[in-house]
Amino acid sequence: MRQYRSLIIGTFLSLIVLIAATFSFVWIPYDIMQLSIPDKLQTPNWDHFLGTDHFGRDILSMIMVGARTSLAVALLAVGIGMGIGVPLGLAAATRRGAFLDEVIMRTNDLIFAFPSLVIAILITALFGAGAMNAIIAIGIFNIPVFARVSRGAALSLWQKEFILAARVSGKSKLRISVEHILPNLTNLLIVQGTIQFSLGILAEAGLSYVGLGAQPPTPSWGRMLADAQTMVSFAPHLALIPGSAIILTVLGLNLMGDGLRDALDPKLRKSRQ
Amino acid sequence: MLQYAFKRALSLCLSLCLASVVIFAVVEIAPGDPASFMLGINAQPDTIAALRAELGLDQGKFVRYLEWTGGMLRGDFGTSYTYRSSITDMIAERMWISLPLALYALALSTLIAFPVGLYAASTRGAPGDVAVMGVTQLGIAIPNFWFAMLLVMIFAIKLRWFSAGGFAGWDDGLFIGVKSLTLPAIALALPQASILSRVMRSALIETLSEDYIRTARAKGLSRQAVLWRHALRNAMIPVLTIIGLQFSFLMAGAIIIEQVFFLPGLGRLVFQAITQRDLIVVESVVMLLVFAVISVNFIIDLAYAAVDPRLRHGP
Repeated sequence: MRQYRSLIIGTFLSLIVLIAATFSFVWIPYDIMQLSIPDKLQTPNWDHFLGTDHFGRDILSMIMVGARTSLAVALLAVGIGMGIGVPLGLAAATRRGAFLDEVIMRTNDLIFAFPSLVIAILITALFGAGAMNAIIAIGIFNIPVFARVSRGAALSLWQKEFILAARVSGKSKLRISVEHILPNLTNLLIVQGTIQFSLGILAEAGLSYVGLGAQPPTPSWGRMLADAQTMVSFAPHLALIPGSAIILTVLGLNLMGDGLRDALDPKLRKSRQ
Repeated sequence: MLQYAFKRALSLCLSLCLASVVIFAVVEIAPGDPASFMLGINAQPDTIAALRAELGLDQGKFVRYLEWTGGMLRGDFGTSYTYRSSITDMIAERMWISLPLALYALALSTLIAFPVGLYAASTRGAPGDVAVMGVTQLGIAIPNFWFAMLLVMIFAIKLRWFSAGGFAGWDDGLFIGVKSLTLPAIALALPQASILSRVMRSALIETLSEDYIRTARAKGLSRQAVLWRHALRNAMIPVLTIIGLQFSFLMAGAIIIEQVFFLPGLGRLVFQAITQRDLIVVESVVMLLVFAVISVNFIIDLAYAAVDPRLRHGP
């Protein structure tokens, strides 16, 4: 039990956020489009569990809907990274050292060299602020991560005897990559996916904070923090609550990633201890 | 070594060329014409055309790309569309805030991470180590702009030790300047210090399990002596890599942190330029940031090769 502590705590925290986000489709305590100025800036109380903002909107409801935005942006960005990066990595691994491998890996190096946040800001600012461009901007930087991870792992798999057996049986490199290499990368990709997911949440929050993520009226945690900035002196809960939501989500995902790595790869656990 | 350095330098030049093409292309294909933006929606087509000609926007893309990169090589970044002043001067002025901020944060993160990582590695498994691992896990999860707001709330609004934002400038003395950058630097340094502490800890733990450490202990060296004299030096390679990577995060992170503290640095310059469609400023600042990151990684690669001859031959 002790060895799975990270996994349990991480999964628990992540589940809370996931449930809050899913639940928000069906029910939220108050309508977030409903402004109620007389109720503005309330601290947490029985009517408004997490208080209200400067427009009198219920913060718990906004946090729940904001979770949806954060999770969706980060998840789709991971999807872009995995969907493009993994095939590229697998393709590079089939032709180690060849022209294709060089082109793929050097392009990856180039993307790595860019300060990702700067380029994400550039993309969202030039092509228009919004959740879609944020997803693309974050997703682009996930591509080299997945390409590198899957290439590295695939290269070592290609040396294995069961792959040799598959080659001897006449299977093409494409079929081997899909039928034998990819299933063996699943654990690794889940772990890396979790890490990129948490980084995506932080990146989305950063972009929304500077006004380049999801646009109002769609609530997002970063945006809530930006709105809170001028009011922290008299309503600190406006900043503390969305911040805590981001921290709990990222912490949960990071712990889950660590826990999954240990659980799925016992060799690594041994060497880490 | 010389051959390796030459190869790396060649790859550095190639990366920079490619980066300049990518940045130019991204800005080119972005919607929004600077001339129409500057003149507003009621502008006449001939006025827009005249301004486009004045800004040099009527020339072909290739010519403009060559002029831009050629200018940068000579240290001339061109003229801002909006301010009509030299971009080189604008960058130089802002650099005096952004660069010290990034370096200050880097110094802070290293100064925090070294003792913390060392402590955690030497007390591995003890409550102190567990506490350090927990706190650093939390440090990684905290968005630095939120931490910045928290710092403002406590140290600027409640305690009034620092100002909540703005930059006093270097003219009033080093202390005043450093003081204005302290809260932003702490905010920037926190996540990096957490990552670096963890890397430091695991690198040390791995080194401490090596055979030569056992030999040194068997020869009668104390635990502390082994840690300081043998383990620390060998654990530095992964730590150096992370410090190099952190520079890039700090430069990028500074952009958002500058927004929180209203610091007139490069980040704010980029934001202003983006909203005013001053594309040439955007291109130049982003290129400069990419140049800084690629160059730092190049220097670190060379430093490695100097320290560890095995790395000169590649993987």
